[in-house]
Amino acid sequence: FYLTPPQVNSILKANEYSFKVPEFDGKNVSSVLGFDSNQLPANAPIEDRRSAATCLQTRGMLLGVFDGHAGCACAQAVSERLFYYIAVSLLPHETLLEIENAVESGRALLPILQWHKHPNDYFSKEASKLYFNSLRTYWQELIDLNSGETTDVREALINAFKRLDNDISLEAQVGDPNSFLNYLVLRVAFSGATACVAHVDGVDLHIANTGDSRAMLGVQEEDGSWSAVNLSYDHNAQNEHEVERVKMEHPKSEEKSLVKQDRLLGLLMPFRAFGDVKFKWSIELQKRVIETGPDQLNDNEYTKFIPPNYHTPPYLTAEPEVIHHKLRPQDKFLVLATDGLWETMHRQDVARIVGEYLTGVHHQQPIAVGGYKVTLGQMHGLLTERRARISSVFEDQNAATHLIRHAVGNNEFGTVDHERLSKMLSLPEELARMYRDDITIIVVQFNSHVIGAY
Amino acid sequence: AAGMFLRLLSDMQWRAAHLKWRRMTSSQRSTSTTAEPHPVSLPAQAQVVICGGGIMGTSVAYHLSKMGWKDIVLLEQGRLAAGTTRFCAGIVSTARPVSIELKMAHYSNKLYQQLEQETGVQTGYMKTGSISLAQTQDRLISLKRIASSLNVMGIPCEIISPKKVVQLHPLINIHDLVGAMYVPEDALVSSANVSLALATAASRNGVQIHERTSVSHVTVQKGRVTGVETDRGRIQCEYFVNCAGQWAYELGHSGEEPVHIPLHACEHFYILTHPLTEPLSSSLPTVVDPDGRIYIRNWQGGILSGGFEKNPKPLFTEGRNQLEIQNLQEDWDHFGPLLSALLRRMPGLEALQIMQLVNCPESFTPDMRCIMGESPTARGYFVLAGMNSAGISYGGGAGKYLAEWMVNGYPSENVWSLDLKRFGTLQSSRTFLRHRVMEVMPLMCDLKVPRWDFQTGRQLRTSPLYDRLDAQGARWMEKHGFERVKYFVPPGNDLLDLDHSKTFYKPDWFDIVGSEVKCCKEAVCVIDMSSFTKFEISSTGDQALESLQYLFSNDLDVPVGHVVHTGMLNEKGGYENDCSIARLSKRSFFMISPTDQQVHCWAWLKNRLPDDSNLVMEDVTWKYTALNLIGPRAVDVLSELSYAPMTAEHFPSLFCKEMSVGYANGIRVMSITHTGEPGFVLYIPIEYALHVYNEVMNMGQKYGIRNAGYYALRSLRIEKFFAFWGQDLDAFTTPMECGREFQVKLEKGMQFVGQEALLEQKQNGVYKRFTMFILEDHDTDMDLWPWWGEPIFRNGRYVGKTTSSAYSYTLERHVCLGFVHHFDEKTGEELVVTTDFINQGEYEIDIAGQRFQAKAKLYPFSSLFTQRRRKDEVELSGYQRE
Repeated sequence: FYLTPPQVNSILKANEYSFKVPEFDGKNVSSVLGFDSNQLPANAPIEDRRSAATCLQTRGMLLGVFDGHAGCACAQAVSERLFYYIAVSLLPHETLLEIENAVESGRALLPILQWHKHPNDYFSKEASKLYFNSLRTYWQELIDLNSGETTDVREALINAFKRLDNDISLEAQVGDPNSFLNYLVLRVAFSGATACVAHVDGVDLHIANTGDSRAMLGVQEEDGSWSAVNLSYDHNAQNEHEVERVKMEHPKSEEKSLVKQDRLLGLLMPFRAFGDVKFKWSIELQKRVIETGPDQLNDNEYTKFIPPNYHTPPYLTAEPEVIHHKLRPQDKFLVLATDGLWETMHRQDVARIVGEYLTGVHHQQPIAVGGYKVTLGQMHGLLTERRARISSVFEDQNAATHLIRHAVGNNEFGTVDHERLSKMLSLPEELARMYRDDITIIVVQFNSHVIGAY
Repeated sequence: AAGMFLRLLSDMQWRAAHLKWRRMTSSQRSTSTTAEPHPVSLPAQAQVVICGGGIMGTSVAYHLSKMGWKDIVLLEQGRLAAGTTRFCAGIVSTARPVSIELKMAHYSNKLYQQLEQETGVQTGYMKTGSISLAQTQDRLISLKRIASSLNVMGIPCEIISPKKVVQLHPLINIHDLVGAMYVPEDALVSSANVSLALATAASRNGVQIHERTSVSHVTVQKGRVTGVETDRGRIQCEYFVNCAGQWAYELGHSGEEPVHIPLHACEHFYILTHPLTEPLSSSLPTVVDPDGRIYIRNWQGGILSGGFEKNPKPLFTEGRNQLEIQNLQEDWDHFGPLLSALLRRMPGLEALQIMQLVNCPESFTPDMRCIMGESPTARGYFVLAGMNSAGISYGGGAGKYLAEWMVNGYPSENVWSLDLKRFGTLQSSRTFLRHRVMEVMPLMCDLKVPRWDFQTGRQLRTSPLYDRLDAQGARWMEKHGFERVKYFVPPGNDLLDLDHSKTFYKPDWFDIVGSEVKCCKEAVCVIDMSSFTKFEISSTGDQALESLQYLFSNDLDVPVGHVVHTGMLNEKGGYENDCSIARLSKRSFFMISPTDQQVHCWAWLKNRLPDDSNLVMEDVTWKYTALNLIGPRAVDVLSELSYAPMTAEHFPSLFCKEMSVGYANGIRVMSITHTGEPGFVLYIPIEYALHVYNEVMNMGQKYGIRNAGYYALRSLRIEKFFAFWGQDLDAFTTPMECGREFQVKLEKGMQFVGQEALLEQKQNGVYKRFTMFILEDHDTDMDLWPWWGEPIFRNGRYVGKTTSSAYSYTLERHVCLGFVHHFDEKTGEELVVTTDFINQGEYEIDIAGQRFQAKAKLYPFSSLFTQRRRKDEVELSGYQRE
């Protein structure tokens, strides 16, 4: 079974999306030029999600990748809801008041986010009312609190993450009279999702990370070469600090059972996540919710299964680790990706491939004859080859697609091998997950001119 | 790399010539400080200061000094012939489609040929000939058209078969060729050395040359050049000549009173190679392959080959400081397609070793023609620049014409198509120039078919009705930045797209224009003619009338409300402008001129009207929208809209009245249509334009009104033998020569400009005569269409060229207009052209080498005039413009 190059391309490009920040007066005044994103499923359906939006009431742009587990419900909910929580956390008091008054009197609401969505990125229609009510309760509390202080982005991010996870938990405990919604909020709460979110405003880049997705900065050195700077820490067993943190939070008696086979309680790979109430609620609560819940939930062995050595919940948090970075002119791009990418590629290779792609499209190294002996025929051949090379690079219009092509198709020499690519993409659904994970990538390109002018 | 190239192109002669004139200038100053950078101080004053030591500046200096002007200073910011001139490929080619350019190139060739003998400076002149290749039949047609005009000028030229091409140049691959044009007298030169030779001769004639002297700006007082500020001090002067090449635009803008010189530089690449194993002969002809966008010449045993790519790289948009010429990069990837074309044309060159890829910026102009002449705002400020990469071909001729212009007041040939005043401020936007030259440079090689339009820099000036007309299917062309309708595509009628409608044969709009013409003849049509130049001249006393009576040849002392067709003549009686003037009141006049007269006519009148604050001239072009209602039912539409009788008894022909149309008041209605058809032109204050247009269209419905465009107008006016200025009429044509004696009042009781010349012509006869030709054996569907510039043959001998042509839907024949000369059979001397001479000949028109029989007429068919109102005027008011 063999896929032709156009077939390969149509698979790779099915989910690709590009956004260019619009120019005003022929100038892009934003520090972001735009972004490319793409997803390649291994699970059916895919459990990864992605989001991108521009904040309309504050400055800045939000981008995030979400890796779901035990189903996609939680990742889906987080991808729809998290940016609203962040945006609301960032809003000044007056704007919150204005929004609340508008809702109160039934007037049109100020738009908070402008979404940049691929047609396949959907929002749940049924749950929107429920989600909105939870969000409204959140901003009403913020209004009542009125700390009067200007909002710190780091704090806003942490509050938003924690609040959303809390709301997910609460909604599942309270339930919903509508049986479909009732089942939905339970699926959201019992599945889990990691989140890696970037907030870019001018030269201020904040990364909030929960779980084992990763943010990486592509930096161009003075000699033109590319290097990678990590802007997040993986929350998993490979991270000593994280293991340390988990152990600190529980009695010494549990030390041995906390992390087994590099998994939390021997079950969960990420050490932080949204949802996953099985690792957060008390056993009593879990039992009560499952018993009163719909039959589908009751029949599900996974949800009923209580983790072993479950003594002092919660074992899991959605609280993110936030890293702030001041962008410099040499910071050319940011890659946000789920672990599906990082399992197959080293970050240094990611930096090089994206860097060369982004610059190579625009200018190849010029040729100079200098003192060499070159004939017209040789030069002609060289130029034809260069043209061909440019057009093959143009095969990918999207940096994320280009990266996926390498991640899936790279041979031992680091170049894309079509045969390998074809094999990997033609694996039957049930086998695919054994060879690769879902991959979701967002590549944000920065505007060095604007950044340099700050 | 650039330094190496300097040594290659200009050999030791450069130094020799350089020292020669340096020695002369310094001996005049009796100092010999050769080592210092500026050995000779600048003079405090001079008659002429020329800025620019390239081919243009040195050619102007050479010709001025030859014509007897001695007090001339030439300033060069770097070294002589060090800019574009040094890098230029050195091809002297006469194969030019525009006749004035052809004449300049022909003169340049003759000048360069004898220059070495005259100056002792080796110019590298070599008569190699040139071969222009055609890969398509259309290309061959365009070459045949050029060949026709070269032949009648006495320049040897022939259309040859691909087999003959191989005999002339063994390296050429002919498999994809359909034919070629061979011009055996085309030549190669070392352009830098030509420039140095011209400088040497000029210097011997007394011209002072100063290198490393840059002009910062030119000072102008009371509209006259007074001096030049340089980095080495000021020079007072009467005349300044801007030959600054691609810097001419900036230099023009550096003064307080800007002189707009619309040109923009683009990078231009060519390749130099080492010699072939068996070095190429230096007499091998130059090859031009326009379909491959390249030229190839022999160069020191190897080749030099460059071209005009489809995707040019404009540069210096933000000014000269961006980067210096010397630092321009070789861009091989950009040159790739041209290299492919070269190897396709000469596959045998594969093994030839590359020496260098030269990046040599060239300046281009908005209409692909060079820029010469005097500034409309600063008298004494002359310009010669914007050569569109043909500087070496034009250099000699252009310098000669400009020198004649300065010394005699006008060059010996009609150069209106090159005149700086064809442009105004509207063409000098940086953005416009950048976009336009990106279209112009590829056009150097593109096929130029009749009636092509520029696609860039459009929609600059528009009528307020633009959107309305566009929505009704208008197809647009542009004149002086103004969008004008060519014709209206009826709904559901799918015309071929632009590329396919490019043809030398019958165009796809033929039937569409035919129906518009029919509607003009039988019902009524509206044409938006807002682009016309409109001036108002008024005074407190009789100053306006007196001045205009002196400046115009017809009698303007007519009753208020009359419209007069009149020429604005020069001293030789030639048309500087052709216009209609309405007497609005005793003391004010409304003047309508062709669109492209806006700058020229303004400058001409400004320079000649008395300096009197009580005499006011205003350009009101932008204030009025003009609607031309053509056709027998125009009278009904207008009288219904105005509740005023519009019949001939109440509103005779050539009459002007302010009246109301619909709700709008103050509409100037004139009973002229510029076509010889009955009707009116409405001059509408722009805020009423939409209202009046809507009213006219609504009311006109029952009379069968429709929109029409300029192509219909053109067909109507040409079939009635109406000449128009800029195409048929120029500064070298008098009213006597085009049958318009009736528009001249020789006895109007006072002198007027051109009167003497006209009186003399009246006595002695004319040497050319504007004639109408009806093509007899021309098949409209099958044969090539005439355009303009086709040679006219009388009894088998060449007598002149056509100036315009159109298909007459009434006569169902092609009509060509043109001038007939009478050349003495033996001496070639021009003789008087009599009516008998015209009438007693058998005529043929040569379209791309094929001759068609034509019937000559000196008067239009009276049957074409449907109505005659005022007998004395309308019948032969042979007056039109476009």
